[in-house]
Amino acid sequence: MRFGVVIFPGSNCEQDVIRATRFLGFESEYIWHGDTDISGFDAIVLPGGFSYGDYIRTGAVARFSPVMAEVVRFAEAGGPVLGICNGFQILTEAHLLPGAMLRNRGLKFICKSVALRVEDSVCQWLDTAPGSVVRIPINHNEGNFYCDDETLARLDANRQVVLRYVEADGSTAPGGSAPNGALDDIAGVCNERGNVFGLMPHPERVVDPLTGGTDGQPFFTSIVRRLAEVAR
Amino acid sequence: MARYEIYVTYKQGIFDPPGATAERALVNLGYSGVESVKIGKFIRLEADADLATVAEMCQKLLANPVIEDYRIEIVGEA
Repeated sequence: MRFGVVIFPGSNCEQDVIRATRFLGFESEYIWHGDTDISGFDAIVLPGGFSYGDYIRTGAVARFSPVMAEVVRFAEAGGPVLGICNGFQILTEAHLLPGAMLRNRGLKFICKSVALRVEDSVCQWLDTAPGSVVRIPINHNEGNFYCDDETLARLDANRQVVLRYVEADGSTAPGGSAPNGALDDIAGVCNERGNVFGLMPHPERVVDPLTGGTDGQPFFTSIVRRLAEVAR
Repeated sequence: MARYEIYVTYKQGIFDPPGATAERALVNLGYSGVESVKIGKFIRLEADADLATVAEMCQKLLANPVIEDYRIEIVGEA
């Protein structure tokens, strides 16, 4: 099992993803954004950061990096692609995931641990029981997920909403629990097929107990289990 | 070479956090007549390209059609 972690100019969480996946016993290697050969990787991760300085819009320029044409091809062939934070923003800009990211409602960069409910979804990247509440840090300025009503209805109908922000006890506050104002408290969505997944929280930061928890582990182990099952 | 001015704004109905903040701040400063503030982007582009091509640039990169509208004005020769 080999993860490929793409480095765009301005990415800054690629080392965390490499370390987290290796900590879990998997192979993982960097992929430079200028590369056009991603063969040999079983799963691709677009890490967090500030690709191209967030100029124009977050992810808007990275989406045209040479490697992205290959990532799109890989995703369309069913290959697993995970976008974390800026990676999620890049996936929406690349139209691999629906919606777009607006600036956080309170205009503040938010960096804190949040509670998230795992939804009953078609996502291939997460086999945690639906309804479970996990704690994972967020770290962003543009995480205010938005899509139109029609898209939201489709996301619900197709079970594409993977994670929602909740209160610590798993409930939803009146008026919503998203710290950034995200529509319908959405923290993570996948495509219809479930192989492309984007989320604003950083699961790679809670893989090693040393850094404050292990709730992020299933975000990397689930896909490995799944690929092993498919291969059998 | 033509000179274009492009205005990129959030689509109708999309909450604009900086606009809403500016709106509240103006009201707090005593400008009680302020009803709405929307903040967008202004792009000045000089290019050997026709209007259709500039529209394509907006669709592809300069604006995100999921959340933003754009308006292109031709302001003359560069």
